[in-house]
Amino acid sequence: MNMPRFWREIQGRYNLIGSRCGNCGDYFFPKRDICPKCHRKSIGKMDAVKLGGSGKIVSYTVVHDAHPEYSDMKPYVMAIIELDEGVRLTSQIVDCSPEEVRTGMRVRATFRKLAEDGKEGVIFYGYKFRPE
Amino acid sequence: MRAGIVSYGAYIPRYRIKPEEIGKVWGEDGVARGKGLGIISKSVPSPDEDVITIAVEAARNALKRADIDPQDIGAIYSGSESHPYAVKPTSTVVAEAIMAAPDLTAADYEFACKAGTAALQNVLGLVESDMIKYGIAIGADTSQGAPGDPLEYSASAGGAAFLVGKEKVIARINGIYSYTTDTPDFWRREGQPYPSHGGRFTGEPAYFRHVMTAARKMMEKMGVGPEDYTHVVLHQPNGKFPRRAAKKLGFTDEQVETGLLTPRIGNTYSGAVPLGLSAVLDISKPGDRILAVSFGSGAGSDAFDIAVTDEMENFNRNAAPLISEMVENEVFIDYATYVKYRGKIRRKGD
Ligand SMILES: [Zn+2]
Repeated sequence: MNMPRFWREIQGRYNLIGSRCGNCGDYFFPKRDICPKCHRKSIGKMDAVKLGGSGKIVSYTVVHDAHPEYSDMKPYVMAIIELDEGVRLTSQIVDCSPEEVRTGMRVRATFRKLAEDGKEGVIFYGYKFRPE
Repeated sequence: MRAGIVSYGAYIPRYRIKPEEIGKVWGEDGVARGKGLGIISKSVPSPDEDVITIAVEAARNALKRADIDPQDIGAIYSGSESHPYAVKPTSTVVAEAIMAAPDLTAADYEFACKAGTAALQNVLGLVESDMIKYGIAIGADTSQGAPGDPLEYSASAGGAAFLVGKEKVIARINGIYSYTTDTPDFWRREGQPYPSHGGRFTGEPAYFRHVMTAARKMMEKMGVGPEDYTHVVLHQPNGKFPRRAAKKLGFTDEQVETGLLTPRIGNTYSGAVPLGLSAVLDISKPGDRILAVSFGSGAGSDAFDIAVTDEMENFNRNAAPLISEMVENEVFIDYATYVKYRGKIRRKGD
């Protein structure tokens, strides 16, 4: 993970700060400067909003061949989650075994360690999801 | 004191290990060890949990139960002996993760298992003196005993946060008393992964002397006795010490029971008294009086005389998980999984 980039994205990663288009009312995550539907009409109307953090699993996959950072937790679940605001994002599902995960299952954001830059480097934190 | 607890929140990791599972590996009678310590299971953090994630979850749970603007929080202090960074405060991440940054002061506290109550005293002082409107004090740990050390049966993980203010106080602080001496009962030198302790002799001159003196002097200062309290919460390195100390002080088992979590989740160190107090607040009614006494090796005790106010009737405690719900939400793991989760396996590159 790239530290300057992560640092710029802290509000999104920590607090699920997304955008809401003042023209059509749609929500976006991560933050956007322009609404892909309203284009020019949305300029200056994209408000930063804190998403509620509750939603449901739309689809998921069980990861067996894990990235070294996550190998301690394998097999683990990566899922596409639709938040109650209608926004979709991808996240690891924690605090439950792959057998317990279902499409449509209600989940809620939780604050976890995402990665660390070795034993001496910085630790990256942010959202993951767990059963509600 | 007009400053008091406006809200509180806690967090206990979901994984548990039983003493028999630990004893099996080291050729010891784990069941007997557990009985001796009064512990039937202890909490274990997931590989992606640490003091920072626990502190954030606890602080967020406290804010779910309170109707305040996080930007009005003027101080965040986190007490722990297992902060993930030696240099870079846990409290900075908490501040950002609850959207209280950047107009506030933040720092971490250390005093073995009483760092959380030290943080609470300092936040109370800042609010009482009107230097800040609201402050958050957190006690959290993910403590470790060396493999095979008796501490491995008890050292666990968890934490709680207290939002302190002057408006809508649910628990008033009647008084505070602290007792501190230079007692080398338990320590960890800089750079060492595991703590050292003075063995069995540490009980009397360390835990019992400090906890009981602080409790007695607190009651003396307030002109009350054990019978005046609804609940007593004492530091709980195991399930036995707090029961014995409470009994010697003249408290009944009923007064101890609600705030005693170590039998189910182990010794959460800086999280222990904050979690025990949270469990008591979970069921408290207006008029209840609570005596809470922490203990930190090295050594010292902080005592708090607390009164639950009428505001508790309006408090939305169900806006965040109760301690009983988190204690019950358990998944048991074996010793091999435990050492992997706690990073005790030496790997290539370590
Ligand atoms: Zn739009």
